[in-house]
Amino acid sequence: MNLEPGELEDLRSRLGREPSDTEARIVAAEWSEHCSYKSSREHLSILPRTGPGVVGGPGLDSGALDVGDGWVVTAHIESHNHPSAVEPYGGAATGVGGVIRDILSAGTRPIAILDGLRFGDPSGGHARWLFRSAVSGIADYGNCIGVPTIGGEVEFDASYDGYALVDVAAIGFGRRSSLIRNRASAGDAVLLLGGPTGRDGIGGSQFASESLDAQDRSAVQIPDPFAEKMLIEAVIEARRAGLIRAMKDLGGGGLSCAISETADALGVGIEADVSRVHLRGELEPWEVMVSESQERMLLLAAPGDVPRIESICGRLGVACSQIGRASDGGQMVIRRGDEVISDMPARVVANAPPQEHAASPPGPAPDPGSRPRADHSAALLRMLGSPNMSSRAWVYGQYDHEVGIRTVVRPGMDASALRLDNGRYLAVSMDAAPKHCNIDPRAGAAGCLEEACRNVVCAGARPAAMLDHLQFGDPRDGRVFWSFKESVAGMAWYARSAGIPCIGGKVSLYNETPSGPIKPTPVALVLGLADRPFRQGSAADGDALFVIGATREEMGGSEYMEQVHGTADGACPAVDPGESAANMDAVLALQAAGLARAVHDCSKGGIAAALAELCIAGRTGCRAEPGSFPGDVPEDAALFSESHSRYLVVCPGSRADAAEAELRRRGVRHSRAGVFGGGAIRAGGVDLSVDKARAAWLGALGGLVHG
Amino acid sequence: MRVAVVVFPGSNCDRDMHHVLSEFGMSPEYRWHEDGIPGGTDAVVLPGGFSYADRLRAGAIASHSPVMDDVRRLADDGVPVLGVCNGFQILAEAGLLPGALVSNDEPGFMCRWTEVVVGSTGTPFTSRFSGGDVLGIPVANGEGRYHADERTVRELEDAGRIVFRYAGDLNGSAGSIAGVCSEGGNVVGMMPHPERAAEPDVCPPGAAPMAPLFESLRAAAAA
Repeated sequence: MNLEPGELEDLRSRLGREPSDTEARIVAAEWSEHCSYKSSREHLSILPRTGPGVVGGPGLDSGALDVGDGWVVTAHIESHNHPSAVEPYGGAATGVGGVIRDILSAGTRPIAILDGLRFGDPSGGHARWLFRSAVSGIADYGNCIGVPTIGGEVEFDASYDGYALVDVAAIGFGRRSSLIRNRASAGDAVLLLGGPTGRDGIGGSQFASESLDAQDRSAVQIPDPFAEKMLIEAVIEARRAGLIRAMKDLGGGGLSCAISETADALGVGIEADVSRVHLRGELEPWEVMVSESQERMLLLAAPGDVPRIESICGRLGVACSQIGRASDGGQMVIRRGDEVISDMPARVVANAPPQEHAASPPGPAPDPGSRPRADHSAALLRMLGSPNMSSRAWVYGQYDHEVGIRTVVRPGMDASALRLDNGRYLAVSMDAAPKHCNIDPRAGAAGCLEEACRNVVCAGARPAAMLDHLQFGDPRDGRVFWSFKESVAGMAWYARSAGIPCIGGKVSLYNETPSGPIKPTPVALVLGLADRPFRQGSAADGDALFVIGATREEMGGSEYMEQVHGTADGACPAVDPGESAANMDAVLALQAAGLARAVHDCSKGGIAAALAELCIAGRTGCRAEPGSFPGDVPEDAALFSESHSRYLVVCPGSRADAAEAELRRRGVRHSRAGVFGGGAIRAGGVDLSVDKARAAWLGALGGLVHG
Repeated sequence: MRVAVVVFPGSNCDRDMHHVLSEFGMSPEYRWHEDGIPGGTDAVVLPGGFSYADRLRAGAIASHSPVMDDVRRLADDGVPVLGVCNGFQILAEAGLLPGALVSNDEPGFMCRWTEVVVGSTGTPFTSRFSGGDVLGIPVANGEGRYHADERTVRELEDAGRIVFRYAGDLNGSAGSIAGVCSEGGNVVGMMPHPERAAEPDVCPPGAAPMAPLFESLRAAAAA
């Protein structure tokens, strides 16, 4: 919980004096990697930040997406990896709470949560405990605050052994005119709303900025979803009454971060008195400043409006302390009563000196060699019943995904969709591909962004905005930092080529396990808009199967290679932006023309797995011809390669000719590859009973936890 | 028609209920639990959520809120009162409905669509259904298993006070009970969420299986 020697030197020279102990602790919290982005900030500028529909401008912490008719959607993504690795229930729950308060800070009401969970090899009891506990933490928190958890991911990989990645995204919705455009002037009251400040989460941001060697549970925050729910209502009521001039969530770095960043961003000073902060237990002044106790918000309000805010809080049972006021001059002054304990320019506190790291590319990838023959039926069955590919119903069945009555496309599909108040629909998908990124982070990151876009398209929506969440190991390791830079480049490249603006993101570094860094895990969250969502039907006997998009020899990092051949080597899938755009347009056109009964993205497990999932959902078989799939590859690649930009489309038999004509007219690579019916999935060497596939697919995840 | 939607600290389906009541042409009003229910109220709804974070037992603390005196008085006067999910738990804790809601037989929160069979159509919330109708509706709870002793269940059955039953065994509920009513029939509690199944846009097959519940309430007030 200390500044690095070079940073202490830097602080000394910027202050022109020796910082006091309290000052050094305040700065150490804010200059942690977690709060300051000191290693990553300059590299993120290549992401496209503007585009049609992006609402930006002064006073907005992050972008919002204009969805028409005066409404906006906001989104945030965060991880709570270090805390979740030592205390998965509380870590995951407080991860939800934190990202919800970011939505609130924007002036919008949270309407959905998504969570991406990653754990080590599930044959280990520890990974299963982390998984079970993190799911419980998210369920108990999200369910209680009445925000539906509508999607996400679960993945297991040995590179997360002894560790956990818990990514939480939240979606907000509100009037464009209600967005909080933060502003402040001298004399404004500074209020702290919400839960009492206690000795939990002390040093949490620094804890999250170091490798996890000390299992420091006291650095983990304690969740109280009830306090969050009441805080949500109090803030929304105060915002509606026009009483909030500026607002900031208290997350990493606690008051140190919230006060310094608010003052610095708004060009004012802030004077605050720690003895006015409502506490849980007795705390030292520096502890008050760095505690990361949850369910707290910092508000700036005109002095005359304070009694009305206090009255709203009083009625809802939310504690509210006026801890200070804004001042001229840009100084962040912290007192305990009359005693000044810290007096530094907010600009100094809020701006850590950037940290430079060397990036070193790895050597040439090993040659995968030739693949031995395998039993494709057995391979498919094994994959469908594997922890990474089986049904996620065990997870989302514990989340209230209906509250809010906006959920139109429910979890379990490629993307979920929500109705908005203007009659339009928002589809969302969160995706990562660490196995691909481990081979080629640039291609892998572009690919996971394209996958999230494909998923949104499956729900009938056109991708409109993205958020990135970049998770890597220790940036001082040249290989790690290279993979970070490559991932940002890959995401920025695809986002620009597809014209999708980035409206937010987060970086999480120092994700190290006892045996080394995690696989590079950039996560993409994509928001899509539709005037009418695509409601998936089930494949029925006589329906035609279309494959859209070319399959390539891209078996590296595929589930098939890892699960069946025990190797991850080889070229990983790479996106062709022209093909990506044309295929998306074609799918959206088939949906809009009523030619598609169901649409499914091809990703993990390739076309074989996607086809099996369509058959399981429709409780019908299919006879497909892998030789006809677009692309000139051996049968195992046709079935299991995870090439991007591919979709399976189910068409009613009577509409198949029309669908074929449309695809031909558009010139996209496609084939009419099979007919649904019977009780088995048959494709080249695959001959698998649907009932058997269904049983393996449905039961695996619950079996993993209860088994 | 004025419908009071009672808001307790931790209610989280109040806005959903308000939305659906409006959609069905009624005039819902939020009533904060400390503020009481004004005269001229035609019906009362206790929505779902986690009042007081389910501390002690789900619904236990809210059942002692000052607003419950008003709810009791209106219930005695024959005013329609509906409790959904946590609202049902509160009505049961308050003794306005028989039985108790306890942990599901497979512990943990369960969110899924299920099917209920309509029992009594003699309540202000079910007149537009036909007895025996099988309808889709979502449940979302951790303490949704209806518990009452065998004699009580039999009496409820004989008196036609079982309003909804699960079509199968969902969570171990006694008599597969999903919803019951008071002796007078005007107080109804149910664990599944009718407000989530009242608009075709949000229902899986594009139906609106629970629309008749809100049509029944609107008709009851007009009568």
